[in-house]
Amino acid sequence: MSSYSIKMTVNGKEVSGEVEGRTLLVQFLRDHLGLTGTHVGCDTTQCGACTVHVNGRAMKSCTLLAAHADGADVTTIEGLADGDNLHPMQEAFREHHALQCGFCTPGMVMSAIGLVKDNPKMSEKDVRHGLEGNICRCTGYHNIVEAILDAQTKMGA
Amino acid sequence: MYDFTYQRASSLDDAKSKFSGADDARYMAGGMTLLPVLKQRLDQPSDLVDLGFLDDLKGISEDGGNLVIKAMTVHHAVNTSDLVKSKIPALAHLAGTIGDPMVRNRGTIGGSLANNDPAASYPSAVLALNATIHTDGRTIAADDFFTGMFDTALNEGELITQVSFPIPEKAGYCHFPNPASRYPIVGVFVAKTADGPRVAVTGAGACVFQVPEMESALASNWSPDAVANVKCSADGLNEDIHASPEYRAHLITVMAKRAIEAAG
Repeated sequence: MSSYSIKMTVNGKEVSGEVEGRTLLVQFLRDHLGLTGTHVGCDTTQCGACTVHVNGRAMKSCTLLAAHADGADVTTIEGLADGDNLHPMQEAFREHHALQCGFCTPGMVMSAIGLVKDNPKMSEKDVRHGLEGNICRCTGYHNIVEAILDAQTKMGA
Repeated sequence: MYDFTYQRASSLDDAKSKFSGADDARYMAGGMTLLPVLKQRLDQPSDLVDLGFLDDLKGISEDGGNLVIKAMTVHHAVNTSDLVKSKIPALAHLAGTIGDPMVRNRGTIGGSLANNDPAASYPSAVLALNATIHTDGRTIAADDFFTGMFDTALNEGELITQVSFPIPEKAGYCHFPNPASRYPIVGVFVAKTADGPRVAVTGAGACVFQVPEMESALASNWSPDAVANVKCSADGLNEDIHASPEYRAHLITVMAKRAIEAAG
């Protein structure tokens, strides 16, 4: 089968690689670029651990073809912090202890930033509805919701 | 996933020619169903023709008394469109119940309709609103479009370009979601259209269907009470670990009542 030369911007840097038609974006990020912050939880589009931003929209990178993302602007969890300064959403997750095992956290943070971008005035109910595509198997949702509500205020400030 | 040749379509014509030039191609709209199917090796196409860059097939507009949604419009766009919210709020609501935010950023109305999953949400709206499906070669009435489980009136290689929804007097949608997949176990879309009330059910059977008894009851009395005593038969309804046919039949009446209440 054919291979494809692809180029994209990942966390502000131009990257390129050779992929198969079936290569998933998450495989390209993790296996080709070594960006292992994006996790594969279920590999069935349900758990949201693989959430990244593609051209500014939150998407599940386990259900996107790398070849489809050729030319795209991708942001992963590694691209959020500015040096030692965490993104306000990351800071809020730390502040509110919004993680237990941490496996779902990269996806939660990426998804949460997408939610705030779409609606900067979410109620607790909106946040819970918005997190339907992110599963925390530690069931630590309470602090995650608290963190997102707090970060929402700080991101708007 | 078995490997395939990836081809990015640059126009509608290009998509058609790439499709017909391949051994056994599939179109990919948002890929929210197709890619999971391929991952499970339930299908093995030779080529995948990506429609994701056909910007001409994205957008929402009003045309006469119709709301027109182009095929590659994602669910998020329908959910948040001021035009949809003002003309057919039930449709905007329905789009916001599909999957989750990340799925709604990718999944498209055209892809959902072409796939015709028995539990997809959009077919209920298309059928209840008596919409028209426009393809690259013709128009197909909703009544003729959904032909069976994962089956539609589309010919091999035919592409949906847009869906045109006559704006109803009132409409409402309510579903009982599977707590894991969020797909409706039963979803009911009701509409008070120019041709009378229409009630369409998804999730319950092999394919979306109408409930004539409810429609005639609503014609004389548009209220939740009018359908409260209409019992649907469990014969032929879906059965799985989540719900029996009898439970689904019961849910149709409950969801129909709530959908009518939501429609006002």
